[in-house]
Amino acid sequence: MDIVRVISKRSFVLGLLLLILILLATSPLYAPRYTVILLTSIFMYIIITVSWTMFSGPTGYISLAPAAFFGVGIYTSAILGRALPLPLVIGIGGLAGFCLALLVGALTLRLRGIYFVMFTFGLVELLLHFVLWWEVNITGTTGRVVPSVDNTTVYYLMLIIFAILMLTAYLIKRSKLGLALQSIGQEEDAAAHTGVNVTMVKVMTFAISAFFMGTAGAIMATRWTYIDPRIAFNPLLSFMPVLMAIFGGMGQLYGPVIGAAIFTYLEEFLITRFPYYYMLIFGIIMVLAIVYLPDGLVGLIQKLWKRISERKYAYT
Amino acid sequence: MMVKILDVVIAGLLLGGIYALIAVGLSLQYGVARVLNIAHGEFIMLGAFITWWLYTIVGINPLVSLAICGPITFIIGYMLHRALFTRLRISSASPAAFEGNSMLACFGLLFIIQNVAILIWGADIKGYSYLAFPVNFGGAVFAANRLVTLGFAIIIGVVFYLFLARTRLGKAIRAAAQDPAAAGLMGVNINQVLALCFGFGALMAGLGGTLLSMSYKIQPTMGLEYTIIALIVIVLGGLGSIPGSFIGGLLLGLVGSIVTYTEPGLSLVAYYVIFMLLLLAKPTGILGK
Repeated sequence: MDIVRVISKRSFVLGLLLLILILLATSPLYAPRYTVILLTSIFMYIIITVSWTMFSGPTGYISLAPAAFFGVGIYTSAILGRALPLPLVIGIGGLAGFCLALLVGALTLRLRGIYFVMFTFGLVELLLHFVLWWEVNITGTTGRVVPSVDNTTVYYLMLIIFAILMLTAYLIKRSKLGLALQSIGQEEDAAAHTGVNVTMVKVMTFAISAFFMGTAGAIMATRWTYIDPRIAFNPLLSFMPVLMAIFGGMGQLYGPVIGAAIFTYLEEFLITRFPYYYMLIFGIIMVLAIVYLPDGLVGLIQKLWKRISERKYAYT
Repeated sequence: MMVKILDVVIAGLLLGGIYALIAVGLSLQYGVARVLNIAHGEFIMLGAFITWWLYTIVGINPLVSLAICGPITFIIGYMLHRALFTRLRISSASPAAFEGNSMLACFGLLFIIQNVAILIWGADIKGYSYLAFPVNFGGAVFAANRLVTLGFAIIIGVVFYLFLARTRLGKAIRAAAQDPAAAGLMGVNINQVLALCFGFGALMAGLGGTLLSMSYKIQPTMGLEYTIIALIVIVLGGLGSIPGSFIGGLLLGLVGSIVTYTEPGLSLVAYYVIFMLLLLAKPTGILGK
């Protein structure tokens, strides 16, 4: 009976996922233009948040570098956008993020906890100031124009990256690599002693997560069309994924997705209605989430679900 | 040539004095209270803006503002710790979990403080002129306000060091820094001491802000840059070492001045390169254990 339940549950989840994917893939055909643009933003944040959680969730190493990898993707698009076809540009944007993460990871991931946070925290500012200096002194401009692409194409590209990312995140979570990451988060020394190549695992996962951030940046640049260092390396893009992942809950794969979707919608909603208060409201939500929702929305849902199902089986 | 060197060195010390002060504050918050306060720069900004407000509206001398901004930021810091971080410390499973959670809570605080400041003061760059006459220093010329800033930074640093080294409360703080649990068992009211430490950290930031506003332009989003500088300084000096932070601050100011002299746009980049090299060569810092 248990097996039947497990199988039916799995096919139910699969069916649901397929349905959602079909709905999303066909949405430009019937949804209003605004919805498609909003969904693109939501996917952008989901991609950054899920790829952030891929590394920082299990290991507990809090990376504040997403804006750096995202910005590198944006600049790839700005520099190569005219010369190469778009899919290639996106791939190179991802690779650029990947390489930067390899370098940063190899340098810093030998360090524990707080040093890593500090390093990644400053990395965004470093790149911002360096690129700003470079653009002003060497190229003699501050902004760049990126060839624009129509909204539907941008939407589909985001959707494809999103699908690949979710699959990758799922496979990593289920694989030996995911287990290794988990063990690093719980007790790094013990993980090293049981034969996990700790540095290698950390650096590789960090780089894979940066790859997706880079691709998201390369795609987003084509929608923004004008970029400068302050737009590309906006530190806010480092903080938002952390906030979204915590709010959604990092225990399950869908936690960051829910967190990012709710927050992006909230951002759109607040920005139009309370443009001066929305960051303030975000701050308050963040503090409250950390104090009252340590496991995020997913943790809350699981707790409630457990309470309900326990009541259901209490007398059997 | 001699004058030029003197010029750069003194400018470096003037900059370094401020860095030292704000880094000592952060060092206290992280080294003792174990809160990596990413919102540290926001307290600096608060100090700077309150000073600016008092000077331009009421006409209060910025040096008198030191005695006003310090207590204000101290109270904010103290209450924040009692209301938020004490709670987090008790609910967190391990000290490492507390470090992570409290740092993330500080992000929230960063957004809150920064945006409240923008709502009150607007997002524009502000500044005022105080003691802006030049002082000749063996051929090198400096604005008087910078010299006053350095003087006060050193006085505050020394007073605070004596407070830690000589008083009973200072001893309790040092004990809590070494081992909070053991200090608690020895009769130190640990929640109180940690909250005081956080408050003192905020106080130093507030004083730093007041001093900064005398010679630099200020704006509500200025905090982050100073937070990063303070982070680099406390790593440079050795995490948790207060004299280390002071020396590290002066050293970084000196580097900043040298780089600014040759290539003005790259000073933050230079700090970062130093930080990177330091993390690779000696992550415990110059005075770390």
